Amino acid sequence: MTTFLSPKLAFVLACLAALAVYPLAAGSYGVDLVTKIMVYAIFALSLELLVGSTGLVCFGHAAFFGIGAYAAVLGSPEADAASLAVLLPLAVGAAALYALFMGALSLRTQGVYFIMVTLAFAQMAYYIVHDTPLGGGTDGIYLNVKPVLGSWLDLSGSGAIYYFTLACLVAVFGFLGLLLRSRFGRALAGIKANEQRMRATGFATYPYKLAAFVVSGAIAGLAGFLFAVKDGYVNPEMMAWHLSGAVLIMIILGGLGHLRGALIGAFVFALLQEFFKSEAVFGGFAKHWHLGLGLTIIASVALLPRGLVGLPAQWRQRLVGRPSAQRAAPGAAFDEEAGDGR
Amino acid sequence: MDLPTFLIQCLNSLQYGLLLFLVASGLTLIFGIMGVINLAHGSFYMVGAYMAYALAPVVAATFGGGFFATLAVGLVLAVLLGYVLEWAFFSFLYEREHLQQVLMTYGLILVFEELRSLIVGDDVYGVKPPDLLAGTLPLGEVMTYPVYRLFISGVCLALALGMWFVFTRTRLGMMIRAGSANREMVQSLGIDIQFLYRVVFAAGMAVAVLAGMVAAPVSSVYPGMGNQVLIICFVVVVIGGIGSIRGALLAALLIGVVDTFGKVIFPQAAGVLVYVLMALILLWKPSGLFKAG
Repeated sequence: MTTFLSPKLAFVLACLAALAVYPLAAGSYGVDLVTKIMVYAIFALSLELLVGSTGLVCFGHAAFFGIGAYAAVLGSPEADAASLAVLLPLAVGAAALYALFMGALSLRTQGVYFIMVTLAFAQMAYYIVHDTPLGGGTDGIYLNVKPVLGSWLDLSGSGAIYYFTLACLVAVFGFLGLLLRSRFGRALAGIKANEQRMRATGFATYPYKLAAFVVSGAIAGLAGFLFAVKDGYVNPEMMAWHLSGAVLIMIILGGLGHLRGALIGAFVFALLQEFFKSEAVFGGFAKHWHLGLGLTIIASVALLPRGLVGLPAQWRQRLVGRPSAQRAAPGAAFDEEAGDGR
Repeated sequence: MDLPTFLIQCLNSLQYGLLLFLVASGLTLIFGIMGVINLAHGSFYMVGAYMAYALAPVVAATFGGGFFATLAVGLVLAVLLGYVLEWAFFSFLYEREHLQQVLMTYGLILVFEELRSLIVGDDVYGVKPPDLLAGTLPLGEVMTYPVYRLFISGVCLALALGMWFVFTRTRLGMMIRAGSANREMVQSLGIDIQFLYRVVFAAGMAVAVLAGMVAAPVSSVYPGMGNQVLIICFVVVVIGGIGSIRGALLAALLIGVVDTFGKVIFPQAAGVLVYVLMALILLWKPSGLFKAG
């Protein structure tokens, strides 16, 4: 670990500060968009804990997102405001519980099989809300009254939800940063680098992986909760595999193995989407926005082997002509697979 | 359920299962041999279905037409396209992490989907089966069964046999199997592994395109059809054991039966049954029914 205010930490703090003053300058559309992106950033951070830091590729993360969202709506009274102090733990707890169930079973498998089993469990949750009247079927359900916390926090305004989401983002980022620096986090990094060796050193890896899975699911549930409160509406598509895929794309695009990567990936992915969708730039062609997004993704794979986070190091390498000396970011997992010179 | 209905459902599940096998076999080959997770495989299926629709008038104008001529032209195009795609997008990915390939092929899905929308549009189209196969077979006293569905099963079976033959009985198959076991060793024996991979990729793509083309008259042609097939094919590949053709065949037939009969017997839970099956099988055998080999 280097000095307290490393460039990486300074970057994150600058981003968060920019987010804090953003609503002063932006219109309601911008505030709503950035709230959505911050929710995605929390969601991406939760997956980063599994994929980037532990090496477990979960392809069913939308299930936790959706469960958190559905719990928020189903836990609210019909025509009365629910208390945030009850509703938030309920949503996060519900997601964590499903994560415990799903993790306990799916962690028996490995590699691509793990990817597919997590997908299977997510699809089960999807079809349960899709095909039963429990959650309003395909139509989804509305959250009539936004939750409040006593008399001093009411999440019905767009400013309130913006700052509440930002606070959650800061809390999640800080929590994961500390978690990855802790003994627990180092154990996860060890599991990612070489699980066999960790087991030989005397770590029972299964409980560590399960704990990471549950924490990750709980945070994804928080993201889902925020999304439901922001939009006041949930539907089964929030659990569909497309969303699981999109969030995975965000963290790969940003760069695996770094919390910053998830943050950057979520913003870049969502902003690229907005950019290619904007009719001001592309006119009538904007309805074919997938094309631009797809080509950008392909180009980024070809040009950015370590994701957006690796970009400064890549440039430095090009300028100096040798691999950068300071590779391992503080708090980041071991970076061995993404080595240089390939 | 009376006997004729039961028989029809059996034939339907056989046809659906074999079709799934056709798409999934390309996926499992590309994954098992080249180690590439190809999310764009569903798009290849979609490309095939749209080819069956869009090529038919073109082929009719140049070669005098016919369903089988369209099939042949489509196959040739698919092989060429597969060869070029491998060269342009995959040849530099083998040494990267799997997740980079996921990102790349996800980008390809978006591109294919939009190109489809630009070239053919977003409408749903029907494709007519060839006149030769348009009839029906009587089954019992009132029920009939379309000949074309039997034809699909026949094509799939013939291809399955062909693949089995190439893999186990020819020199090419031997080289491919060796290449999947140890890339460097095969290369140092003087075999052009790059070319071999390109052939496998092109063949995998051609099979998916063929599946799309023969399925088009039954399923019709619509946007997003590739993604639907993709996930279910991954399920097939994983249940069967990655890289195993035999496993893919068994798993595809199993899923065909479960899905078809599920829709008849428990219509409310039909969607989830396949995934329950997959979860159960993987919890019982964590690396699929057949290990690759």
